Amino acid sequence: MTAVGDELPALTQRITRADLVRYAGASLDFNPIHWNERTALEVGLPDVIAHGMLTMAYAGKLVTNWLADPSALREYSVRFTRPVPVPDDDQGVELELSGKVGEVRDDGTARIDITARFAGKTVLGKAVAVVRLAS
Amino acid sequence: MPLDQSFIGRSYPPTETYGVSRAKIREFATAIGDDNPVYHDLAAARAAGHPDLLAPPTFLTIINLGAINTIIGDPELGLDYGRMVHGDQRFVHHRPTYAGADLTVTTYVEDIMARAGNDFLTLRAEIRDSADELITTTRAQLVVRGESS
Repeated sequence: MTAVGDELPALTQRITRADLVRYAGASLDFNPIHWNERTALEVGLPDVIAHGMLTMAYAGKLVTNWLADPSALREYSVRFTRPVPVPDDDQGVELELSGKVGEVRDDGTARIDITARFAGKTVLGKAVAVVRLAS
Repeated sequence: MPLDQSFIGRSYPPTETYGVSRAKIREFATAIGDDNPVYHDLAAARAAGHPDLLAPPTFLTIINLGAINTIIGDPELGLDYGRMVHGDQRFVHHRPTYAGADLTVTTYVEDIMARAGNDFLTLRAEIRDSADELITTTRAQLVVRGESS
């Protein structure tokens, strides 16, 4: 039985420049701040930054890995609160993802509260998924 | 200059049909490092009770982004793209998206407000299949930083 406070298996996600290029092509998001350092610096960013939607996708994977059926994820929302700069090296950066059950509802759904951290700071706010629990 | 509030309530007609392909679902799943077989392997997806490859939860960002770009590119709105950041994003999946779906998106300007020198634009997109069934509703808040910030 799923209960409030249950923790989802944590996930560490490495992100390199190559991942940003691959995601740009897959998502058709070619905003240059995600691949062109010159543009990123011009608009006041510290470096090329990861797509917020890529961070959202990784955090979604934390939830779907936990579900038997990924289509049980019915609602998913995040706020983008802090950029994730990705340096031009082979190591990239690590995103730390964790989540726990915040509420189990009478209608057979549960709310999952997600935390995404980079360098010790959260990068997503109000990251919440609503999932249908297996009956 | 603040965004024109008269845009609140405006809608943009359904887009051209976007055909969801198995290849694009696999490509997207690979790009987010997700090897869940229901995104990659047709036999595995069918064995799990799905009619075809399942799209990951944020897959529809592909057409959502297209809808956002249509609106922010509207010269009448006068939005400075270089000052825009993605504030938040929400997906409500009424039904799963599978390979083979033919989808259209209708976009609505839900709200425009100015606060502390920044503009906040909230867009809702309704994504429907060829039977006009509502598949997913997305909501995005875009923030346009003021000239002085």
